[in-house]
Amino acid sequence: MVTSLFFYLFSFIITACAVMVISSRNPVHSVLFLILAFFNSGALFVILGAEFLAMMLVIVYVGAVAVLFLFVVMMLNINFSKIKEGFQKYFPIGSLIGFILFIEIILMVFSGDLLVNKNNELNDNIPNTHKIGSLLYTEYIYVFQLSGLILLVAMVGAIVLTLRERPGVKKQDIISQNTRKVSDVISIVKKESS
Amino acid sequence: MDLSLITSNSSLILILESVFKILIVLIPLLLFVAYLTLAERRIIGFMQLRKGPNVVGLFGLLQPWADALKLLSKETILPSGSSKVVFIIAPMLTFILSMIAWSVIPFSEDFVIADINVGILYLFAISSLGVYGVIMAGWASNSKYAFLGALRSAAQMVSYEVSIGFVMVSVLLCVGSLNLGDIINAQKNLWFVIPLFPMFVVFFISTLAETNRAPFDLPEGESELVAGYMVEYSSMSFALFFLGEYANMILMSAMTSVLFLGGWLPLFDIAPFNYIPGPVWLILKISLCLFVFLWVRATTPRYRYDQLMRLGWKVFLPFSLLWLVLTAGFLVYTGSAPVLY
Repeated sequence: MVTSLFFYLFSFIITACAVMVISSRNPVHSVLFLILAFFNSGALFVILGAEFLAMMLVIVYVGAVAVLFLFVVMMLNINFSKIKEGFQKYFPIGSLIGFILFIEIILMVFSGDLLVNKNNELNDNIPNTHKIGSLLYTEYIYVFQLSGLILLVAMVGAIVLTLRERPGVKKQDIISQNTRKVSDVISIVKKESS
Repeated sequence: MDLSLITSNSSLILILESVFKILIVLIPLLLFVAYLTLAERRIIGFMQLRKGPNVVGLFGLLQPWADALKLLSKETILPSGSSKVVFIIAPMLTFILSMIAWSVIPFSEDFVIADINVGILYLFAISSLGVYGVIMAGWASNSKYAFLGALRSAAQMVSYEVSIGFVMVSVLLCVGSLNLGDIINAQKNLWFVIPLFPMFVVFFISTLAETNRAPFDLPEGESELVAGYMVEYSSMSFALFFLGEYANMILMSAMTSVLFLGGWLPLFDIAPFNYIPGPVWLILKISLCLFVFLWVRATTPRYRYDQLMRLGWKVFLPFSLLWLVLTAGFLVYTGSAPVLY
């Protein structure tokens, strides 16, 4: 009973936040509502008993991705009236996509695949963190490593795109500073006193 | 009818018991925070050959109460250009996050509010949320100093979280569990500070950066940003930031004690030492870490911003990654990797 109460509470908060994300006037407020929605979906994972996924969701999405997102939105000066201009134009196609997604969810729920309890073997005393780990690093090791490689490529790409050498910028080179010797930089010149 | 009454009664008792447990943790914690501010001023005073606050009460022991009263009696100012709701939520968020993290810290073998499987991940998640209080405060204040401070702080906290994560993973490799109680029990024979000493150093310095303490206190660098993201805050909202920051310091010290100094374990498991109860050991270890926090603040100059980023990304990150691989390799090579299940 308490579980379902909490389920409806968190689901309501997520839905309300999702509505606020698209309806609030201030883009920063939108992102903050998005973060609240992420956090509450983490809470839904906890209700399901998937505590590892919940914590990962909070650490990765809320703690890292959304911070950078918030950063970007704060720095850009987004003109919201300009974005809202095309509302009439985009409304039909947007509602079509929304309708298709909605139908897909309905089909999925009523096909009954979700309701079958597939995780019978999970119901022993082993924490799901260990289960996920032993599955991820044995059966799905190649897929797992491959996704890691994709992320690495994306990261290297981002760094290559943003790294540029500008002439005339003074940079501190700590190794050369530390390896400097007194004899290299200071020389004593004898000067006759007049 | 009877049955439902019994279950509702027992659930009521359960709730009351939890509330009692929470109060037992929170009230001493808030007192600890109050006296940490005094200890900071006194210790730094002694290190700089002056006396520090010693007038209010015996040895200045009533100073925290005087400060609290002063802050409470001030006027709360809401800047006119600010985003009011976010402005008010930000200090509350900082304070709440620094309090709820304590729910998983084990104080002795059987006293912990929530003994969850993923305790260390929970702590990591909560500490990574801490950045929101800062960034929301900086943005909502609608002030350039506050915004610059918030941006610096966010970049700094996100950067140092990475190396904290790697340090945690290398400890977890030696334990084989994410539960904080298991982590402490794994240190029965040898505290992790000895085999993982380099990681301990990296972790401690990263916690300094994570809590925005000297020498990494650029977010509030008073010589350039006045007080960073806290510029526009006054009275109780400022006090909440202040309490949150100091509670975070204590939390990070508790994390250091749990991960490396054996939590509630005694120094040696022999007669005079193991008479002292677990919570006292934990508090002693936390106090030791906090003393080093204050010692660092009294003796080191502030880092420059690019040096801070260099230290985080170019020194700590490769080093902790390398040490993580070494730890994993050693555990596999010697066959001593823990298997709990």
